[in-house]
Amino acid sequence: MSISAIQILILLFALFAVTRVFIKFRSRSIPATWATLWVVVWVGSAVVSLLPQTTDLLAARVGIGRGADLLVYLSVMALFYLVFRLVVRIESMQQETTKLVRAISMRDLDGVEDVKK
Amino acid sequence: MIVAVIPAFNEEREVGNVVKNTLPFVDRVLVVDDGSSDGTASVARAAGAVVVQHVINRGLGASLGTGIKSARKIGGTKIITLDADGQHAADEIPLFVEALDSHEVVLGSRMIEMKGNMPAFRKVAQRVGNGLTYVMFGLMVSDSQSGFRGFSAKAADALEIKTDRMEVSSEIISEIQKSGFSWTEVPITAIYTEYSLSKGQSFTVGIKTALKLFVHRIKS
Repeated sequence: MSISAIQILILLFALFAVTRVFIKFRSRSIPATWATLWVVVWVGSAVVSLLPQTTDLLAARVGIGRGADLLVYLSVMALFYLVFRLVVRIESMQQETTKLVRAISMRDLDGVEDVKK
Repeated sequence: MIVAVIPAFNEEREVGNVVKNTLPFVDRVLVVDDGSSDGTASVARAAGAVVVQHVINRGLGASLGTGIKSARKIGGTKIITLDADGQHAADEIPLFVEALDSHEVVLGSRMIEMKGNMPAFRKVAQRVGNGLTYVMFGLMVSDSQSGFRGFSAKAADALEIKTDRMEVSSEIISEIQKSGFSWTEVPITAIYTEYSLSKGQSFTVGIKTALKLFVHRIKS
């Protein structure tokens, strides 16, 4: 089995990514569930790049012609879901920011409250 | 106690006059300076307003939310909101105050008596806005985008404004519908000056607002 340049590149990148996940997990920057998910993703990419025919087997099982197509479908789905999560996250951060700005601004009223009738 | 709430962003040119014109009709004028880079806050203060300042710009909805909360904090029981660019006639505030005796929310409408000089293209945009608001929130009002409004203490406490920007107008209407507040409309004058037109909602902002409303409708 000969290995092409792109396969080596993907392998190296997957290796790099897994070590990053490890480091981040060790410093507790990401929780165990996310670390596991990312390790599965990158190890999966390495396996698929070395043995592309494995995806064909999977694709045939779910009724898709080629393994590469299955990968593209799954990736697009994953990306859409991530974007959705980000949008929700940004929206809630916007609301948090407004709450914070509001709380700070209302300190301006501290001297004013005695006008209450 | 009657408190006028005026959200303002870079309005140093007009906000002083608006505060001075408003003061005779209310007990307090409260200006929310939404992170302006000009002298809005000092001009408003010099004109006699209580000023709260957002450290960064958060948009109309956020400013209204801050203004209504602040008005309650200083003891406001009838809260009137109006724009800082001079497009609302302060001498119409008594109409709101009177209507608040029997209703929780009062909406000023430029479309009831057609007073003033609303440009034709605005009238069309207005009707489109009303239609969209009705379709999405199920409440037909004659002027869904009017910023001249009155709130009772009860409505002010219950009102939860989540949108930060221009969508707030329609959000308030959806809140009225959801919480079942008693509401009414009073006729107001549309004053359009070159200045207020240049600061108002442009066509693209209108489209963006409509899109955002749609997203909010799906999410809620």
